[in-house]
Amino acid sequence: MRSVLIVLRKELRENLRDRRTLVSALLFGTVLMPLLVAVLVNLTVHRTQEQDNKSVTLAVVHGERAPNLLAYLRQYRIDVLASDLDDAAARAAVHRQRFHMVLWIPDNYASQLSAGMPAPILLYSDSSDAAAGNDLGRVRAVLGQYGFGIARLRLMARGVDPTVLSAIAVQDIDVATPTSRSVLILGTLTAIILMTMLMGGLHIVLDATAGERERGSLEPLLTTPVRREQLIYGKILAACVFMLISLSLSVCVMALALRHAGLDRLGMNQNMSVATVLKMIASCAPLAPLGASLMTIVAAFTRSYREAQTYVGLILALPTFPLIFAGALGLQPTAWLMMVPALSQHFMLMGLLRAEPVAAWYVALSVSVTLLLGVLAALAAGRLYHREKLLG
Amino acid sequence: MIEARHLHKRFGAITAVQDVSLTAGDGRITGLLGPNGAGKSTTLRMLYTVLQPDSGDAFIDGISTAERSLDARRRMGVLPHGAGVYPHLTARENIQYFGALHGLDRSDCEQRAAQMIELLEMADFADRQAKGFSQGQRLKTALARALVHGPQNILLDEPTNGLDVMAVRNLRALLLKLKATGRCILFSSHVMQEVSAVCDEVVVIAAGKVVACGTPEELRARAGTADLEEAFVRFLESAGRD
Repeated sequence: MRSVLIVLRKELRENLRDRRTLVSALLFGTVLMPLLVAVLVNLTVHRTQEQDNKSVTLAVVHGERAPNLLAYLRQYRIDVLASDLDDAAARAAVHRQRFHMVLWIPDNYASQLSAGMPAPILLYSDSSDAAAGNDLGRVRAVLGQYGFGIARLRLMARGVDPTVLSAIAVQDIDVATPTSRSVLILGTLTAIILMTMLMGGLHIVLDATAGERERGSLEPLLTTPVRREQLIYGKILAACVFMLISLSLSVCVMALALRHAGLDRLGMNQNMSVATVLKMIASCAPLAPLGASLMTIVAAFTRSYREAQTYVGLILALPTFPLIFAGALGLQPTAWLMMVPALSQHFMLMGLLRAEPVAAWYVALSVSVTLLLGVLAALAAGRLYHREKLLG
Repeated sequence: MIEARHLHKRFGAITAVQDVSLTAGDGRITGLLGPNGAGKSTTLRMLYTVLQPDSGDAFIDGISTAERSLDARRRMGVLPHGAGVYPHLTARENIQYFGALHGLDRSDCEQRAAQMIELLEMADFADRQAKGFSQGQRLKTALARALVHGPQNILLDEPTNGLDVMAVRNLRALLLKLKATGRCILFSSHVMQEVSAVCDEVVVIAAGKVVACGTPEELRARAGTADLEEAFVRFLESAGRD
């Protein structure tokens, strides 16, 4: 045990002086990622807020041919903008996104309408223009409503009950709450937290394994009267310490950033109290030994620092796989899923962010299984470092 | 005292070391001489326990390296080929780290490191981080690190590689000093003059086998030439004919 601590102390001291470790452990995680997320969340919050009461601008050509229609559109907060484009100009204007949509009233509109025949109107839009998608849907719906209203009046004038038109009555019941809408953002957040944590230990693992071999300091180290696995445990512990530092900093910075983001609209725990932050850190911490040990194992098979960098870097992406499944399948916490590393941490973080914590025994299950896997991986790493090939 | 008995080592299809036996006594400097790729490093690596022999035994002060490798390591100071130091630690911290791993307590560590810094004349760079060190400074640090626990047996693999004339002379003086205190020193080299300058005993190794051993005088006599380099070449040639 004493040797493990000696190695741990040396690795910490050395890496605290290494700018590369500090950048990957501290700067990247704590400054860049949370800022990125805060910006993302801010944008999304504002967007969902605005969508419901925003008015839509619609360019209309020959609006004077359909004054009632224009009045109807205005009622539904569609701003009509008079325009005098011809067909080609209207296409070009939409294509270049000068307008998202152009409504064109042909000269036979009024005559067709009064004759009780289908009255043509032309709606120019660009289906590849993603920003217009919502507005276009609204304009179409309002236009459809207007047409349907006229049809009802015509039926009534002919003595037919207009309900014959409604063979099916579809009732849209939208159960989307602010909370469920934010699932995607929350999922992204937890993935970033976990990645940032692993990133914190990346450099120290590389340096302590492939780096040590490449520098030629591994062989002298192996001639000291210390068991190889103890050297490895010390290095894994050092990586864990850096991961925890990185995790703590990124969660704190993220909490500060989120406080300013108006999160109640997204159904997040708006307070982000100190207790919540500590719980978030404690939820993720058990993943550190597993992450560090897996990285060490991968590094044992590589021949050079560069190679190690490539393959060990892949470990960073590992925790995102369960999260992608969770997002795509809409997984809810179950006892089995709480035994999956990364996924169980994701559930716990989601619970904390949404102020709907998962059951206590689920937490206990996640912590114990994740730690157990970490210990097993560390033992495996210790064994691998007995291989003679290690010296390269 | 270092003893190797019938060491064998293969890497896949290549036999690196074949039936190597040698003895390096206390108070003597023993040279392991051979061309590149002769199996010098592999032999030393088996002696300092980072490689396991396929067969054969090695003993450090009578302690089997296979059965009690940690005890054997405690009695050795090792300078592997191309040994590197930790660039973000100072020379002193590099030395103290190894002292701690050898089980010295904090005050012993500091004291021994200070002694090593004095012995190797490292005072002017001892408290600088090692990243900007010259080859000679790195070697001194690595050597001090290997000797910090005062080992009885000292193994050095090609220690003079890349050193300038003055540094080689200083190293030679240090080896003689250590020899005078009764230490057992075993070092490998492919340079004839180096070996003849300090060694009491020379083991010539070629293609993984010992082709000759004895004092420089004995080797000269056996090869029938007054020139040790000529003797070396003749041994290699006769080994090649077998």
